[in-house]
Amino acid sequence: MRKISAFNLGAIVIGIAFLYLPIVVLVIYSFNASRLVAVWGGWSTRWYAALIDDAPLIDSALISVRLALVSATTATLLGTLAALALVRFGRFRGRLLFSAMIYAPLVMPEVITGLSLLLLFVAIAVDRGFWTVAVAHTTMAMCFVTVIVQSRLVDFDRSLEEAAMDLGASPLRTFLVVTLPLILPAIAAAWMLAFALSLDDLVIASFTTGPGATTLPIRIYSEVRLGVKPEMNAVCAIMVGVVGIAVIAASLLGKFTAARSGPGR
Amino acid sequence: MQTVAAKRAFAPWTDPNLRPLLRIEALTRRFGGVSAVDHLSLDIYEGEFFALLGPSGCGKTTLLRLIAGFERPNAGRIMLDGVDLAPVPPYRRPVNMMFQSYALFPHLNVEANVAFGLKQEGLPKPEIARRVADMLALVKLESFGGRKPHELSGGQRQRVALARSLVKRPRVLLLDEPLAALDKKLRGETQFELMELQRRLGFTFFIVTHDQGEAMTLADRIGVMDRGRLMQVGPPAEIYERPNSRWVADFVGDVNLFAGRLGDDRQCVDGTEAGRLRVAAVVEAEPGAMVWVAVRPEKVRVGREPPAPEPANSLAGTIVDIGYLGDMSVYKLRTDEGVQVKAAIANAGSLSERAIGVDERVWLSFPPEAAVVLTR
Amino acid sequence: MKRTRGGSFLANLVVGIPYAWLLVFFLVPFLIVLKISLSQTAIAQPPYTPVFDLAAGWHGVTAFFAGLSIDNYLLIGSDPLYLLSYLKSVEIAAFSTLILLVIGYPVAYAIARTSPRWQAVLVLLTVLPFWTSLLIRIYAWMNILQRDGPLNKALLALSIVREPVAWLSTDTATYVGIIYSYLPFMVLPLYATLEKLDETLLEAAADLGCPRWKTFWLVTLPLSSSGVIAGVLLCFIPIVGEFVIPDLLGGSRSPMIGQTIWIEFFGNQDWPAAAAVAVVLVCLLVTPIIVYQNQAMRAVERD
Repeated sequence: MRKISAFNLGAIVIGIAFLYLPIVVLVIYSFNASRLVAVWGGWSTRWYAALIDDAPLIDSALISVRLALVSATTATLLGTLAALALVRFGRFRGRLLFSAMIYAPLVMPEVITGLSLLLLFVAIAVDRGFWTVAVAHTTMAMCFVTVIVQSRLVDFDRSLEEAAMDLGASPLRTFLVVTLPLILPAIAAAWMLAFALSLDDLVIASFTTGPGATTLPIRIYSEVRLGVKPEMNAVCAIMVGVVGIAVIAASLLGKFTAARSGPGR
Repeated sequence: MQTVAAKRAFAPWTDPNLRPLLRIEALTRRFGGVSAVDHLSLDIYEGEFFALLGPSGCGKTTLLRLIAGFERPNAGRIMLDGVDLAPVPPYRRPVNMMFQSYALFPHLNVEANVAFGLKQEGLPKPEIARRVADMLALVKLESFGGRKPHELSGGQRQRVALARSLVKRPRVLLLDEPLAALDKKLRGETQFELMELQRRLGFTFFIVTHDQGEAMTLADRIGVMDRGRLMQVGPPAEIYERPNSRWVADFVGDVNLFAGRLGDDRQCVDGTEAGRLRVAAVVEAEPGAMVWVAVRPEKVRVGREPPAPEPANSLAGTIVDIGYLGDMSVYKLRTDEGVQVKAAIANAGSLSERAIGVDERVWLSFPPEAAVVLTR
Repeated sequence: MKRTRGGSFLANLVVGIPYAWLLVFFLVPFLIVLKISLSQTAIAQPPYTPVFDLAAGWHGVTAFFAGLSIDNYLLIGSDPLYLLSYLKSVEIAAFSTLILLVIGYPVAYAIARTSPRWQAVLVLLTVLPFWTSLLIRIYAWMNILQRDGPLNKALLALSIVREPVAWLSTDTATYVGIIYSYLPFMVLPLYATLEKLDETLLEAAADLGCPRWKTFWLVTLPLSSSGVIAGVLLCFIPIVGEFVIPDLLGGSRSPMIGQTIWIEFFGNQDWPAAAAVAVVLVCLLVTPIIVYQNQAMRAVERD
């Protein structure tokens, strides 16, 4: 009975509205001609124009994107391996510690992971900068990737792999030709999540970064902690727009490929 | 011991000079404390259609997976063409399996599915294309090459799975309950197609099923399995007409059992609930030993008059229940001594003829040739 | 897939690479935090002593252990600032988790009851804000809650208040920010469990005489308990250590523990103290973390 009751409908509408309200307000204010929030000065794109001249900001944006690309890809590779290990390799030695290390970062407060990684880098006397942040982001994102890929692997129909081996494919070939294509949507989703996590991260980046590697969130944070700034509204509106388009495009793409290849079971 | 004729002239297991294609020796596979396969030995001959029949949980699928290589035995060995399969991983065994769920690759179309195994062998593309086309024609799916599995019906998917395994020309084709997912009518049609395919290609088929009718229809020989052990192996008629134990007699079809002691002439059984019963064959056991007389329901005759002139193997009773199955009726009778007997009679006449009804007093009888004496 | 002979090298690699990575970049750092928490500050680079110097040989090792002290822990125990900070964090985390549960459960339930087509869309809508930066979303709230912001404007227009309320730098603002940011973390695990709920069970309960509310209490709620636990832990644990939200919305009058660590580290340059605070925080959270891990692993095995 898929009738939707008034209570349920109300809950959904209020919930969704609550989630989107601040973003909508933010976007509206990014077009406010007046610098002061109290005054509505009419529609204007002056803050967006100002962004183009803001070289440090653009630099930070590029650094963040590069960082996200590197850490997302590495995290996806490592996380997929970890998911395979957890789901397929049964009770190997040290499995308990392994899974503990996978699940802990998911809930661990970021100040702790950031702090601990910084202390590691200091202890081994590594110069902090782009690569230390990359390592930190990879470590953090890898756990999310593992959880996503793992849940897909658990649902995966093993008889497909057995059939492939029965027909003569070695375990490696079976993985590459049968398993991987079918879990690819989950891996892609995990990559996107890792990308977003890296792009958004403030705390861990603050702890593990060094000179010349100021990420966009760090720059935004230093600007806004003292109060609202219209230029920042513009930056944020752009980021929201980009992410929104990307996520919607990805989900449409996902629906399209799913329809073409049929159910993955 | 009377021999029962096989379905066709083909009976390699009777030839002592012939070496079996697949030899299973004292195979054991334990899960925890339970033996799914328990010291099982079996010979399979080239070109035969062998059915492993047993209830759920008897270990038949485990045996199949041991042959395919997905399980490793705790003891015993499997020899194919005289070669021990133990060190050979599943992707190198010349044995192919048709999975119960078909396990078709959803991201590949029918052609690519069927070609998959040939690609792993590294055959040249033109030959692969030719063999795939031939096989698809054989299973009557020529125009379906471009379709994806989710676009096919259940029966069509089953044929693709079959084609995919057969195209590799395996030494043994293992089939795990291949017809279980099909509806009754389709199952009947597919059974004959399967048999014909096997005769035509001459491959060795090893099928696993819990459906007796299926096993009896398809197989040259049946192996009846219970809790990891083989109870009896033989052609269908032999299993049915000459079961070697009460368990087999009761598992395959219905049976009436009368317990008693073997008489001195070893051709009669005394002290049963139905009195003294005579059998045609001499029983290989000591007089006085505890034995059971087994009679199939369709061999029990029911009549309103006492059978003349042979008074042996006959008893009086009352009909307590009748099960109408369309093509035949199963009568449950209780004798004057309180023994329950089942008789199955074909509904040869029309309904309006004066049939025997419930609560009627009748005479049951069966000829000595119809009974088998079981010693265990 | 049983480990085949030829593939065991590959198998070891599959397990070994991520394992090694996590050991080096997750476990070892924790041990280092522990070590630093037992050290003293120093005007040096790195700003703590003793430094573990392998080059100094055995003497270096003994000197190292001799230099360790629990001064930082004593400091934490004695200074009420830290204690208040921990309590505040737990208090805020507990209350906001409760509110999140109360809000999130009906939302998740409602989504799970809609048609499958709508479900995908609704889940996407719920998750979409999560993809935008937390920073941005909190900043968005700064816009709304500031003195001249739209919230006050609306309240004034509706005559609910007579002068603008100072929303920012209050606990209320922190709560709003936390609930706003963590709602997807509560809704998604709940939705995942509720979506798997077999509706025929509810029909069976009705058939046996249960009114709607009783069915919910006796059937739906117990069956969704794993989702509830997952959602609660997924929210509570990270909220305790939150930094960005209380920093931007809550101000620094009564800081949460995340802020305290930040201040000790970046503000006071007192790395050992920050480390000690972090260690105590981890100890505090160890029990819920272990419960969460067990839950997560059992959920995987059950499937």
